[in-house]
Amino acid sequence: MTLLSLKNVKTNIGQYAVLHDVSFDVAEGGVFVLLGRNGAGKTTTLRSIMHLWRPSPGSITFRGQDITGMHTSDIARMGVAYVPENMGIFGTLTVDENLVLATANGKIDQTRLKWVHSLFPALEKFREKQAWSLSGGQKQMLSVARAIIEPRQLILIDEPTKGLAPSIVDAMAEAFRDIAKDSTILLVEQNFRFAKSLGRDMAVIDDGRVVHAGSMADFAADQGLQDRLLGLSM
Amino acid sequence: MKQTTGTLVVKLVVLAIAAVLLFAPFLFQNVRSVEVAARICIFIVLVASYDLLIGYTGIVSFAHTMFFGFGAYGAAIFLKDMGPGWWPVALGAVGGVVVSLIMATAIGLLSLRVKAIFFAMITLAAASVVLVLVSQLSQLTGGEDGITYKAPDLFKPATKLLVDGNGKVVKLFGVSLNGKVAAYYFVYLSCLVLFLLMLRFVRSPLGTVLEAIRENEARAEAIGYRVVAYRTFIFCLSATIASLVGTVYAVWLKYTGPDTSLSFDIMIDILLMVVIGGMGTMWGAVIGAVLLVLAQYYLRDLMGAASEALSGVPVLPELLAADRWLFWLGIIFILLVYFFPKGIAGTAMQAGARR
Amino acid sequence: MDALNKTFERLGGVNLLPVALALVAFVLIGAPSSWVTLTVAGLAMGMMVFLMASGLSLVFGLMDVLNFGHSAFVSFGAFVAATVLAGLSGWLASDSIAMNAAALILAYLAAIVFGLVAGWFFETVIIRPVYRDHLRQILITMGAMIVAEQLLLALWGGTPFTVLRPHFLEGSWIIGDVSIEIYRGFAFILGALAYVGLYFMLNRTRMGLLVRAGVEDREMVESLGFRVDRLFIGVFMLGSALAALGGAMWAGYATLITPHLGAEMMIIVFIVVIIGGLGSIQGTLLGAILVGLMSNYLGFLAPKMALASNMILMVAILMWRPNGLRPAVK
Repeated sequence: MTLLSLKNVKTNIGQYAVLHDVSFDVAEGGVFVLLGRNGAGKTTTLRSIMHLWRPSPGSITFRGQDITGMHTSDIARMGVAYVPENMGIFGTLTVDENLVLATANGKIDQTRLKWVHSLFPALEKFREKQAWSLSGGQKQMLSVARAIIEPRQLILIDEPTKGLAPSIVDAMAEAFRDIAKDSTILLVEQNFRFAKSLGRDMAVIDDGRVVHAGSMADFAADQGLQDRLLGLSM
Repeated sequence: MKQTTGTLVVKLVVLAIAAVLLFAPFLFQNVRSVEVAARICIFIVLVASYDLLIGYTGIVSFAHTMFFGFGAYGAAIFLKDMGPGWWPVALGAVGGVVVSLIMATAIGLLSLRVKAIFFAMITLAAASVVLVLVSQLSQLTGGEDGITYKAPDLFKPATKLLVDGNGKVVKLFGVSLNGKVAAYYFVYLSCLVLFLLMLRFVRSPLGTVLEAIRENEARAEAIGYRVVAYRTFIFCLSATIASLVGTVYAVWLKYTGPDTSLSFDIMIDILLMVVIGGMGTMWGAVIGAVLLVLAQYYLRDLMGAASEALSGVPVLPELLAADRWLFWLGIIFILLVYFFPKGIAGTAMQAGARR
Repeated sequence: MDALNKTFERLGGVNLLPVALALVAFVLIGAPSSWVTLTVAGLAMGMMVFLMASGLSLVFGLMDVLNFGHSAFVSFGAFVAATVLAGLSGWLASDSIAMNAAALILAYLAAIVFGLVAGWFFETVIIRPVYRDHLRQILITMGAMIVAEQLLLALWGGTPFTVLRPHFLEGSWIIGDVSIEIYRGFAFILGALAYVGLYFMLNRTRMGLLVRAGVEDREMVESLGFRVDRLFIGVFMLGSALAALGGAMWAGYATLITPHLGAEMMIIVFIVVIIGGLGSIQGTLLGAILVGLMSNYLGFLAPKMALASNMILMVAILMWRPNGLRPAVK
């Protein structure tokens, strides 16, 4: 079943068209990976879904409902979580306060918190620490934890492995697999090895257009296609 | 911008204003009108130099009267100390410009580096500190009372510019060609030269760079323009011109005090003029200055009359009192910024573009 | 240099600045009794300026809106409170402290209610149409300030307005040869209470957490499902009410107020907010106390330098820390 669907999305930032024509469908469950070169429009796609940039024209539907013109906060309340590239951590708040803010009513479900802590043990250790003092990897974990502290159907994650040590990347992959059991992840990634290990479906964006979409298994097997679409940057 | 009918109209209006001002001493033969004309000349340049900053770089300064004041006080102090003559005027002009440049560079480098919004706050703080200092350093500045002095001899009313066979002043269209007329043309020509210089500047490649920065700061930075350096430069340029025109005004008035050059009221006048006239066009400065100065002199009388007529109604007479004209201007100002952010000139110049 | 910085931070960091300032002033002033009087006056002024500045700082941090009309709340708060006090002059003159206090509380309440209502009006009518447009924001809020000041002049006239003080706040406490004006002590305590309340709200309530998070990263707060613009109205109203309260307290402190009060305080408020770092309550308090102490010490040592001194303080601090002493975002 299709969870999220983008049709002919065009987004301008100021007077510059960043997305020219983006269309793809994300099926429910598993990890959908969005690949593409730097500046191709991957982050803009995620921001357009959250309505942090205003897409026009084009339509975005989530669970069959048109969310194109909705306020960011309403989209979030419908069950979409966002982990931005800069992680969006509230540095002067503690780790726990960061998590509390991600809940709708201010109460953290304890069993869910245990699960989150089991995925990211560091967050349990530093519960009372101010978030700016965490390491880069821990901040990324906190950002992901915030997205899953309440059940969300769709989680948008922007380049979670950027600048992380390999051991943390592995832990992150492990966590994503666990999260993807109940939720759908739309992952923007430059690290192809990481993306390949997680993705079920994928799409490639180039210069604001979707240039390829299909299953990850097929794409991973086709070296020529990879070289052509992703170039040497991968 | 392409030449539109609106642009043409605006330019014709400006040209007409320039012509009327050129013949002002002959057209309006009373002291008050010539006073108004001179004030219009001064404010056109003052507002245009402010427009360089706000209109062409998009940053708001509240220190423009400070620079205006530096120029005025420079001339005033030297004319007072050295007596009337051209040397003190020149020294005052140079002194005012030097102080202005130092202050502008310091403020620019200190605040433009961080956040453009700091700039507005810091200029406001700096200007008010200077205002307080001027009123307290009374040995040098005359304090609240200001300084009265004599202008160079050429501008004395007794000076005869042209003499007929009998040694009497020549009259042209019924106006004696005396020092007063010379003083007016000194103001007119100085202002014309400064205005044309600014016009030349915004048409230069540098002006284009500034517009690029205003349109998109991040992009201009990415292309490699050093935004802070450019902004500081334009801030210095606008300060220099404000200071020079301050000197001219000081020579014309033969009096300099906080109320004529430094006060925050003048800053508000400048803001009103540039917004009402239209930011970023230069022509807007001309239109705004003319309208506002005329309103200052003549609308107040009108409001006073209206206030008396309505004396039975509560509050309204209070609001219509001549002193409350800023209230109405403030409201007009807010509405203009909402609905016609380009001001009169900007809106008019666009009007033709649609055709 | 790094080690030096660390030691400095361990000792309390920038929070030590007021203490250092007070110590230097102690040496320069020489007379302990004058020093105590000036310090109390400085702290009292600092707390009142803090009230005026805190809203401005939070509003800027949360929405990137710099309200040049903020000073209007201060002056209106002062005049509203002074008018209520004048109307209740009978209560103020009575010997009963309860009557005195009731009049004062009513006056402050009137100022606060005015601040809330005016803040709501200002936010929805004046500022909302020009979010994210700094140039027009500065111009419009400046225009609003002009109109507000003219309204004040029309309503209360241009002559200075004498503010009545409740009987029980008149006079001074005398301890040895030190005399402390009661009103200053009162202003300090009230300001400190407001700070504690604000601090508690920002750190212990969910609303406060949202505000602090919003100051840091507004988009992220919205992405978590909250309407920052609605939160902002609340913050704006609170900030206006605090400014009005600050103005009301200042009216009693100055005892003679003019419609230019707001414009005069605005400069100090700006300096405080810049010194403290935009968006941070702790920074604003620190800046306010520094400015309050500096003004009073220099007002005694070199009266002509008082206002310029704040400017010098600001320049020095900006050269050292371009974002202010304690900016909200690390």
